[in-house]
Amino acid sequence: MKIVDDSPPVLTALDRPNSYIGRSVPRPNMSRLMQGRAQYVSDVVLPRMAHVAFVRSPHAHAKIKSINSDAAKKSPGVIAIVTGAELDKVITPWVGVLTHLKGIKSAPQHAIAVDRACWAGEAVCAVVARTRAEAEDGCELVQVDYEELTAVTDPETALDPKTPVIHAELGDNLTFERVHVAGDPDKGFAEADEVVETTFVFGRHTGVCNEARSIVADWNPGEQRMTVYQGTQAPHMMQNLFAKHLDLQEHQIRVITKDVGGSFGIKVHTYADEMATVALSKLLKRPIKFVADRIESFVTDIHARDHRVKARIGVKKDGTITAWEIDDLTGIGPYSVYPRTSGIEANQVVNLTGGPYTCGNYKARARVVFQNKNVMCQYRAVGHPIATAVTEGLVEMAAQRIGMDPLEIRRRNLIADDAHPSQGPSGIKFEALSHHEALAHLDAMMNYAGLRAEQERFRKQGIYRGIGFASFVEVTNPSAAFYGVGGARISAQDGATVRLDATGAIFCHTGVSEQGQGAEAVIAQCVASSFGVPMDRVRIIMGDTDNTPYGGGTWASRAAGIGGEAAWQAGKALRQNVLAVAGSILQAKSETMDIRNGIVVDKDTGKERIGLDEVARIAYFRPDTLPSGIQAELVATRHYVPRAWAFSFTNGIQASYLEVDTDSGFVKLLKHWCVEDCGTVINPQLVDEQVRGGVVQGIGAALFEHCLYDERGQLLNGNMADYLVPMAVEMPDIEVGHVVTPTADSELGAKGAGEAGTAGAPGSVMNAINDALRPLGAAPLTDMPFTPDKILRALGKI
Amino acid sequence: MSDMRCDISLTVNGETVHETVDARQTLVDFLREQLVLTGSHIGCEHGVCGACTVRVNGLVVRGCLMLAAQCEGASVETIEGVSDSGEIADLQAAFEKRNALQCGFCTPGMLLTAQELLATGHVPSREKIREHISGNYCRCTGYHAIVDAIEAVAKARAGGQT
Repeated sequence: MKIVDDSPPVLTALDRPNSYIGRSVPRPNMSRLMQGRAQYVSDVVLPRMAHVAFVRSPHAHAKIKSINSDAAKKSPGVIAIVTGAELDKVITPWVGVLTHLKGIKSAPQHAIAVDRACWAGEAVCAVVARTRAEAEDGCELVQVDYEELTAVTDPETALDPKTPVIHAELGDNLTFERVHVAGDPDKGFAEADEVVETTFVFGRHTGVCNEARSIVADWNPGEQRMTVYQGTQAPHMMQNLFAKHLDLQEHQIRVITKDVGGSFGIKVHTYADEMATVALSKLLKRPIKFVADRIESFVTDIHARDHRVKARIGVKKDGTITAWEIDDLTGIGPYSVYPRTSGIEANQVVNLTGGPYTCGNYKARARVVFQNKNVMCQYRAVGHPIATAVTEGLVEMAAQRIGMDPLEIRRRNLIADDAHPSQGPSGIKFEALSHHEALAHLDAMMNYAGLRAEQERFRKQGIYRGIGFASFVEVTNPSAAFYGVGGARISAQDGATVRLDATGAIFCHTGVSEQGQGAEAVIAQCVASSFGVPMDRVRIIMGDTDNTPYGGGTWASRAAGIGGEAAWQAGKALRQNVLAVAGSILQAKSETMDIRNGIVVDKDTGKERIGLDEVARIAYFRPDTLPSGIQAELVATRHYVPRAWAFSFTNGIQASYLEVDTDSGFVKLLKHWCVEDCGTVINPQLVDEQVRGGVVQGIGAALFEHCLYDERGQLLNGNMADYLVPMAVEMPDIEVGHVVTPTADSELGAKGAGEAGTAGAPGSVMNAINDALRPLGAAPLTDMPFTPDKILRALGKI
Repeated sequence: MSDMRCDISLTVNGETVHETVDARQTLVDFLREQLVLTGSHIGCEHGVCGACTVRVNGLVVRGCLMLAAQCEGASVETIEGVSDSGEIADLQAAFEKRNALQCGFCTPGMLLTAQELLATGHVPSREKIREHISGNYCRCTGYHAIVDAIEAVAKARAGGQT
């Protein structure tokens, strides 16, 4: 089997002969993706399939007085026109709350708006036709009479008594509030020599998956079964929700997820138009396809961030941080998104702020408010980019105030590597972190001293370069503490079933899913290594609720750490089963044997005893030759969920080196570094590429991406030309380094790596820009994205 | 409207095709829906993202900005065609080796765009590679690995020629 980086891995306790753990094995699914032979949901075509398009509210808040579809019904190809009230008879509404977020409230959301539209883009009527084009023709002929209502758009005034309440039955526009006080923050601030205070703003942005959300729902009344092809990160979660709201049993629902064209947290939520599509299939008794177009994506894919954080830090002259305080306000649209809620990100900001540091004097408030904009919910690195940028922005401002080097202030305050287990200011528990080793690694990797000297030389030439850092912690491998304890039927555990086929190859069925991260490769590496076969003898089955063990899917950096461990254990279990059969064939003790490279061998000598193909042949076709009482069990299933720790925190540090053109306000990124610690690295290349991709998404938030709304709740840049995402020419090369601190909770010791890049990049870029502009006397920039006009304004040039 | 239809004849990946299309149908919709060549993807439908990149008469174009009806007599090549012919086998191998794709949705367009640059025969700088692929959105990789892969192929092809 080809291995990209063929240096043998460092031996650990879990290494076995022919181990693939720690090696850069290429992903098995890449060839079909490169040859145009993938199957995304947008490619799925079924017999009798019809297409749905939605009439969407042009108003941010409006009463729907009447819908006239007479002309639309006559439009060529139109099959059905369905309003919210009509669809309500097929699918029940939902409320996005969880019990562990105390006091969170939201209103019932319908698959299609009934009586009232609460954001510009909410579907108010469905048109089903033979083709998508004909469905859109029909939409243009549907006449909706609206009565425009006042739109609540500014989170700052959402709670004012004179602001209209969006959902009258809730009493006010407050979704959720959390206050947290730890240690003695008042005393901490009193003891500080300096207190630095500022306000950070994080603009709304969104995922812009290259493949828009797509779904094909196929209700078969003959079987009383619904098969849903959906580009989702959580097939079993969706199976539960479709059943619950369509009044079906879960076993009547099959969710199939094949190739997914990008997800990043966008495709792990319940979308009204997708629920409507499934309901329409049940209503019309035929397959219905919905593929969002790009404008629909911008106004209905969950948006993210949109936080305003007032923050302050106390620091002594020797660099000791004495206290933190934050006040976070975030606007989440008119509904808390189902089923994960829109309270989690603010909750995470409270949890994570100050996380890498020893100072435990901490005061936090977070308020989540409703508004008449598109819904906001969890997107890659939920809460981390905000908490990290706030914390790291404060730390570098404090360092500047007392005249200390930004790495030195971190050295004096980061939790010591030998101080674990430990906890963050909010009480979050850390099993083992490596902040100082990561910082030292970064310092050397980037040649910090050399860069500072270079920066100084350039400054003398009137060229303004900046260096910025961000230490961070990342939540990975979540236990039931994330969602399950709040009542959501979202699995924290994951399972793997491994079976030996009749030729000695193995199939591994896993509950985690793939959207490009490389979960398929990682699961194959784990099971091939623990069972003992070459990787080309492993086939992975995923993304099908009929054919995989119950599992959570792929989100919150859980696939490798949780799904990988389940596969590792299942491979071990099957090895024992196969060796039991081999032992009875060979009349040898199974514990004296092992499986290596697809062959049963003597454990001590490595002498080949019998091939797996021969074991399988005898077990399947000539079981009569086995001793009586021996039944071969050639399938094994194991499950895994983290138990010792609620979350497996990882850590790391990033650095950004950039140049600001003080005439144009443009930022040129020169280089970016990230050192992170995700525990055991199963596939170094895949981890590095997760970090790089994550960094660039974080850079997008820092410099480009912004969902711009006007005061009436209209999205002004809902297309790819006006909403800027990072392009190749603007991005730097990104160097990635690792520290390895395995979690003891699993045998593999792997933590997650998918969100580390996104967690730290915005803060490090912000700090680098401010470092660049400091000699020019510019007030620190804290309002993301840092567009050229904001930079020129900070420089007093406009 | 959909009642305006026209007949077209063209070659697609070397095969002659006679079809009747809606006048308003884009080339990429025609390829995906009528010919079931689903390797060309739809990302933005207004010429920004590059997911629908195909070659028409040897030139890289946006399949969403050209109508099928404009392709009368044209030679159209898609990712399926250039994969089967082996034209970009070295580029695909380099993408695999470097993990220069994640979700893969942008990849067919990215490969065709990269091949356009590589076909000039020069070994471009990393900056030039970055500039050339800046009409193709990738949300997964951060581009670094893609640049590495294209650079490796450029060097290998140049080495092979000398």
